[in-house]
Amino acid sequence: MTSPLETAERPQDMKRIVIEPLTRVEGHGKVTLLQGKNRNIRQARLHITEFRGFEKFIQGRPYWELPVLVQRLCGICPVSHHLAAAKATDMIVGAGELTPTATKIRRLMHLGQTVQSHALHFFHLCSPDLLFGFDDDVQHRNITGVIEDFPDIARQGVLLRKFGQEVIRVTAGKRIHGTGAIPGGVNKSLSLDEIRYLQDDIARNIGWAQGALELLKNIISEHYEHHMQFGTIQSNMMSMVRDDGAFELYHGGLRAKAVNGDTIFDHVDYVNYNDYIRESVKDWSYMKFPFITSLGEEEGWYRVGPLARINNCDYMRMPLAETERQEFMALGNGLPVQSTMAYHWARLIELLYCTEAIAELLCDPDLVRKELRIQGNLQGSGTGVVEAPRGTLFHHYEIDERGIVEKASLIVSTTNNNQAMNESIRRVANQYLDGNRLNEALLNHVEVAIRAYDPCLSCATHAMGKMPMELNLVDASGELVDRLEKRVTGRIMRTI
Amino acid sequence: MVAQMSNIQQRNQGRKDKLIVATAPLCGCFGCHMSLLDIDERIFELVELVEFDRTPVTDIKTIGKCDIGLIEGGVANAHNVHDLREFRANCDTLVAVGSCAVTGGIPAMRNQFDLKECLEEAYIHGIGVENPHVPNDVEIPLLLDKVHPIHEVVRVDYFLPGCPPSADTFWQFLTDVAAGNEVSFPYSLIHYD
Repeated sequence: MTSPLETAERPQDMKRIVIEPLTRVEGHGKVTLLQGKNRNIRQARLHITEFRGFEKFIQGRPYWELPVLVQRLCGICPVSHHLAAAKATDMIVGAGELTPTATKIRRLMHLGQTVQSHALHFFHLCSPDLLFGFDDDVQHRNITGVIEDFPDIARQGVLLRKFGQEVIRVTAGKRIHGTGAIPGGVNKSLSLDEIRYLQDDIARNIGWAQGALELLKNIISEHYEHHMQFGTIQSNMMSMVRDDGAFELYHGGLRAKAVNGDTIFDHVDYVNYNDYIRESVKDWSYMKFPFITSLGEEEGWYRVGPLARINNCDYMRMPLAETERQEFMALGNGLPVQSTMAYHWARLIELLYCTEAIAELLCDPDLVRKELRIQGNLQGSGTGVVEAPRGTLFHHYEIDERGIVEKASLIVSTTNNNQAMNESIRRVANQYLDGNRLNEALLNHVEVAIRAYDPCLSCATHAMGKMPMELNLVDASGELVDRLEKRVTGRIMRTI
Repeated sequence: MVAQMSNIQQRNQGRKDKLIVATAPLCGCFGCHMSLLDIDERIFELVELVEFDRTPVTDIKTIGKCDIGLIEGGVANAHNVHDLREFRANCDTLVAVGSCAVTGGIPAMRNQFDLKECLEEAYIHGIGVENPHVPNDVEIPLLLDKVHPIHEVVRVDYFLPGCPPSADTFWQFLTDVAAGNEVSFPYSLIHYD
């Protein structure tokens, strides 16, 4: 259910507060709030302010460029775009089922991607909040502060991310914007030396992933109620699952669950995603608002990403992660866990899963075989879907008889969470801002709620980092009433 | 490749203070920022050499006086123009980092189409679009009709090539500047892919 705070009546009578830029959304997003009488919040919106137009400008390009071209939507999860596009082009070249080697090399690449992205998000971006507290000194609350105060944790984070990037480099040739997947397969398999190189590091990486999860659980349990209710909303959950219901990141059917845990749809062939999901356009954001068609725009919005994947799957194949999943699911007493801050928890269970899965996959003899590619007859369209680190990612392309792209449709992970992020901001605004004068806690709380989703709005048009901010309070006539600024010194100043 | 001594390098020769570095993503994919992090463990050395001002990984919103500004991405909207000019005004040395900043890159592929066509494809003619119309709200910055490399808007001192420039390219650049050396890249660090 969409919050009434989405659109205020008589906005012209209210005070407008802008939080800009949100650098977590790559500096290209912002939050606006409208305050009515008694400083009550009447409207809260997350705007995505960048537009790039990939759907148009890849028209006229040959299909084989798609895996290397479209991945340049995003430098944080390029492998996910690389593989979604590759899966779509597998269909276009009529490849059918790929060779075991090709599938496993791609899976390994994608596990590496998830490790690097999740490690980056937890250690580089979020750990400062969690280790130092939401109200820590602004100048100190960043990765440099973590390096100074918790050098061991910082080192583990840097090395975990490095390991993920190295898995990508070995499978794709390059850490960012590699070339490993091609229509119908991959362009290389692994050598025994490469496998041994990755195996050398795997055990300690599993240990570090476990350590990160323990650290997070301790932090959450110290203020359990606070973390569980912070920015929490009730939403549907959507993700991919394997045919037997297992947790899956690379290939499977789509599953959606309602707030009460009921199944909305299950094992949907993603080629037909368009029958199940539509995207609404709203005036005030370049990011569209997807919803489950059968439920309608008002009731059908949903969340994707780690929280949805852990909630939706029946089990995880990796033993350490499965134990953690069971502990996590117990939080919901049989219902999907809805806490927004539980995204962090779910994300680190996934980090652990991925390190375990990499260890398993590195023992697979198919990784060194030479059957790399399948070719068939050219088809008119292709759809590729993967679970990117931030959630379900859809690529769909239509080509002409020469193989030139005529139409493209992309629903990127963060876009799926658009309404949910907006709802979480509204929840936080209600919980912490309503009736109050602007203060630093407000800045931080809005920031923390958005950050839990790990939004990546380059993808949607993508970002990261902490959110330096300036808040301006402007009255209906445009007059500046109040302003808070984070200074270079890190101090929050009222500058009016 | 520009390889001249900037004022700041000359000033820094023999100086032990940390370099103050700011970074900004304009119209890009964030891959260049990721590639900077790909220096891996060398980040522990880097924080001894440089201090970060406004970047996406600090909480500093307003750029202060900096030695070096690293710009990722091209210029696609009015916001980008504003940020870029602010960086130029505050940074002694401004660096175009990666293909999008250097040439406009992949996003500049939209330059062959009218902006209107691009917007209509995404928000009106797209598959599964509900409530089709082009977003149009005062809260959204004005798009430029073309995507520009940053040197078309401000003076640029250095260009780091690559999509993205490799971690070694960043490392070479920053350590050369910190040491007061003339920046020069070997052939192996100059490439797109």
